[in-house]
Amino acid sequence: MSADEAPGARPDRGGSGLPIEHRFGPYGGQFVPETLMPALAELERAWVLAREDEGYRSELNGLLRDFAGRPTPLYLARRLSERVGRRVYFKREDLNHTGSHKLNNALGQALLARRMGKRRIIAETGAGQHGVATATVCALLGMECVVYMGVEDMRRQLPNVQRMELLGATVAPVDAGASTLKEATSAAIRDWVTSVESTHYVIGSVVGPAPYPALVRDLQRVIGDEARRQMLEREGRLPARVVACVGGGSNAIGTFTAFIDDAAVELVGVEAGGEGIDTGHHGAPLTVGGRPGILHGSRSAVMQDEEGQIVQAHSISAGLDYPGAGPQHAHLRDSGRARYVAVTDDEALAAFGEVARLEGIIPALETAHALAWVLAQPDGELDLVCLSGRGDKDLAEALGRERA
Amino acid sequence: MSPVRTTGIERIAESFAATSKRAALMPYVMGGFPSLQESVRIGEACVGAGADILELGMPYSDPLADGPVIHAAGTRALAAGANVAGVLGVARALAPSVPVVLMCYANMVFAPGLEAFLERLEQSGACGLIVPDLPQGEAGEVLEECDRRGLALVPLVAPTTTGERLASIGGRARGFLYTVSVVGTTGERRALGERFAEVVAAAKSSTDVPVALGFGIGTPQQAAEAADAGADGVIVGTRLVRAADEGDDPASAVGAVVGELAAGLAPTDRR
Ligand SMILES: Cc1ncc(COP(=O)(O)O)c(C=O)c1O
Repeated sequence: MSADEAPGARPDRGGSGLPIEHRFGPYGGQFVPETLMPALAELERAWVLAREDEGYRSELNGLLRDFAGRPTPLYLARRLSERVGRRVYFKREDLNHTGSHKLNNALGQALLARRMGKRRIIAETGAGQHGVATATVCALLGMECVVYMGVEDMRRQLPNVQRMELLGATVAPVDAGASTLKEATSAAIRDWVTSVESTHYVIGSVVGPAPYPALVRDLQRVIGDEARRQMLEREGRLPARVVACVGGGSNAIGTFTAFIDDAAVELVGVEAGGEGIDTGHHGAPLTVGGRPGILHGSRSAVMQDEEGQIVQAHSISAGLDYPGAGPQHAHLRDSGRARYVAVTDDEALAAFGEVARLEGIIPALETAHALAWVLAQPDGELDLVCLSGRGDKDLAEALGRERA
Repeated sequence: MSPVRTTGIERIAESFAATSKRAALMPYVMGGFPSLQESVRIGEACVGAGADILELGMPYSDPLADGPVIHAAGTRALAAGANVAGVLGVARALAPSVPVVLMCYANMVFAPGLEAFLERLEQSGACGLIVPDLPQGEAGEVLEECDRRGLALVPLVAPTTTGERLASIGGRARGFLYTVSVVGTTGERRALGERFAEVVAAAKSSTDVPVALGFGIGTPQQAAEAADAGADGVIVGTRLVRAADEGDDPASAVGAVVGELAAGLAPTDRR
């Protein structure tokens, strides 16, 4: 990121007149217990000041450069390009420190928490990448860190549990419902309802009550800002298509944001198709559509039954195994600016292996969903894919599935 | 029965005015826990033991304001087949004998369409609605629609709610002002929050409707302390949900605890 670019300094505030968007069309809002409302207002005020503050920006940009290793490379995936008959570039967030894009957000929020005088950090995690990123930043800044994680995800992403513990974080197991990301997020919110006066909740995606969806987007837009510039340098043009996987949607919105005003650039979000959309066992609320719902503090696309009970998601990838998605994505879908598609467990697993062999890059299972969609497209001219993370964490699960 | 239909808001006000206890006793019953039928019996036992107003919980998949006991009860109620029709049936069975206020998370209120949901709620005979994840900024439309029907949309305030925000919420409260005694989720606590007396005083000065204190009250002693601090109502949830899960007669177990709480609020108890 260039030093003169404020993280998140973007004039588009959704026309609400608020300094940070609370709503994206009919989506977003703040559906949380009253106890949290003053803290959300405090967070919003702190962010509005911090993002314009020279001290905050230079510390964040310095850490993004020297600690995280930004800018991450834009890489022309040669053999994969040959395979599909067009140029495909990877934005290498797997080379970001800790192995995914999640660190961009964790760094920005932890620095913000320190400015607010909060010494304790909590987070939720599914794949463990956000948990690891948060644990890493807490080690860096000497802050207490508790990460909520479903017991099913602790099983399937064990290496990340071990990393978090080594980094000095407490991993709090969550054993409720399907014991995955939804329950971990609920547990983190309940902790925050109890600890809000001393604790900052570092939410890991563009979900949750306002100001989180806008705050996390502002911190992740560095992905697309860099990639757009790099693409113009390399190709002298913009990509025809920008593709990213969508769990909550942070790597996708982080990549899309720089291109939203480039009307000719197609934006594609790839959700978890799980065992197939028709089976109901998936994590693709944007693709499926239907009546919006409220989950974890905002109104958006949500998997629910007719009475409004939230339905369990399913995905082989813990980071996409979530029945909701960020409110801005729901709005981008309705407005037609972005489209959302789903890729099944099996297709993602095949892409996981194929990209490893073609490119010498083992992608995260989450990322493999975006890659599978790109591999399956017969046409196109120039694709940019957010390679959101590396797949070391997924080896046991993926190889176990292949053998099964 | 008077031929003129009183509204839910009026019925709640009458209950606060009519109680002979030092504060209205307001038990929480999880609808459908351990079963729909049993939760009707529990509600009846509450009324028999001195409940002035009943809070009826609608079980929900993701109850963010609830601690482990109520969360688990909701999960079990859903597993046992509780649904909106069933829980509103519980409200219908209890409403003739006590004002019932439904506690229900926002997604369930909006899922069938706001008007459709409130129509069913009104038909059940319930007097009002508490939505723990619907803060004032999101409540506008719901409040308007509840007002139109005479249903009380009861807002919550927490110890973290102060100043202008408190005044604004208190000013728009209907039925009563649900005052959360602690920074936290529902659940029993050894002692009421350090600041609870201050919280009650601030809540009272913000509103014209009665102030009911809840979250963390489980013993007759704590109920008495809440009344001492000036609370007009005392809400007891987790303690009763726990009682409903002990022994093989949930209704009499809950009734016994409610009886003790009522004794703790008896006018002769102190002063
Ligand atoms: C590598 C990677 N990509 C994507 C995701 C999905 O999150 P989001 O949609 O917020 O980018 C995760 C989440 O854990 C992840 O670890």
